[in-house]
Amino acid sequence: MKQHPEYGTRTSALMKIITTLSVFIFLVTAVTTVYSGDYVISKSTETRLTDSVPVPLKAERDSVASVQAFSKVYKVLMSPRCMNCHPAGDVPLQGDDSHLHTMLPQRGVDGKGVYSMKCGNCHQPENTPGLNTPPGNPEWHLPPARMKMIFQGRTPHQLAKQLVNRKQNGDKSLEKLLEHADDTLVLAGWHPGEGRTLPPMSHAEFKKAWTTWIVKGAYAPNP
Amino acid sequence: MIKLTINKKPYQVEVDPDTPLLWVLRDALGLVGTKYGCGVAQCGACVVHLNGEAVRSCVTKVSRAAGQKVVTIEGLAAKADHPVQKAWLELDVAQCGYCQSGQIMAAAVLLKENKNPTDADIDAAMAGNICRCGTYLRIREAIHLAAEMQRKGSNG
Repeated sequence: MKQHPEYGTRTSALMKIITTLSVFIFLVTAVTTVYSGDYVISKSTETRLTDSVPVPLKAERDSVASVQAFSKVYKVLMSPRCMNCHPAGDVPLQGDDSHLHTMLPQRGVDGKGVYSMKCGNCHQPENTPGLNTPPGNPEWHLPPARMKMIFQGRTPHQLAKQLVNRKQNGDKSLEKLLEHADDTLVLAGWHPGEGRTLPPMSHAEFKKAWTTWIVKGAYAPNP
Repeated sequence: MIKLTINKKPYQVEVDPDTPLLWVLRDALGLVGTKYGCGVAQCGACVVHLNGEAVRSCVTKVSRAAGQKVVTIEGLAAKADHPVQKAWLELDVAQCGYCQSGQIMAAAVLLKENKNPTDADIDAAMAGNICRCGTYLRIREAIHLAAEMQRKGSNG
């Protein structure tokens, strides 16, 4: 059966519009998928970072490598040596079983305790000699009350997102986060004093994983 | 030689810098009001003030106190009449009395920083000072009384 010429022209135009729309929708979907979901660095942060140090370079982004590295990071951060001072409540944790700190010292406004129960009253600038005696560091404290930086109970997804959120991480840029691997209290986790287990890997291995996680894009694992 | 200022008096002591401040106070200087309890900062019997903070002298190296201001129970008030000490006597807080110098020194820091503490404030401040006689209720009551004395301007 022969088609009406006008009908054929209309069909052809309609097909072109549908094809164009399909391509457009495909492109929008693809771009949205790549730059959404669990990618946790805001665009403004990326822009600022490229002005200073090349972290993360777009060419280096690798969500698989980043998430794999974070699985190591997470194991360390959730170990007693890190988590005990990032409790969900306002009392620090203690010991390899992360029980509430005996004597129930309080966080206080600045994270350094309250009244006659300030961290530095027992925790000296260095570890006290002897088994299970107070570990020490000149900066010994919890995160402050206004930004508790809780690790306890966080899933890998939640913790990764929290760590790169400047409103939840002590206003640390990605450069500052990278430097934080060598923070004096972070390093103290690998010098915990007698009677305490070490984090599940060396500091060098942790720092490598931490750096890889961030440089490869600071992706969060799926919820 | 380590220079110390204790109860506003200058001292020079010839000791290892790692020596606990408690041993210097008791053995080198004869200030025995500060007690040894556990030796590992778990009981509070050895609390003294270091620049106004209630440090545990059993784990505080004397080197940390060098050139700083140390106050012991002997120097808390000139006539042993700090409001906390007065309240302690008025309410007969002490039973055996071994822990009381540490308790009083800790309570003094609380009242310096909080003129009108609640029960919760007192518990938060005093939770690290153990009393094996269990006089905790009298300790709490005495701190309330001392706060009241302090607010009324009674220096004792």
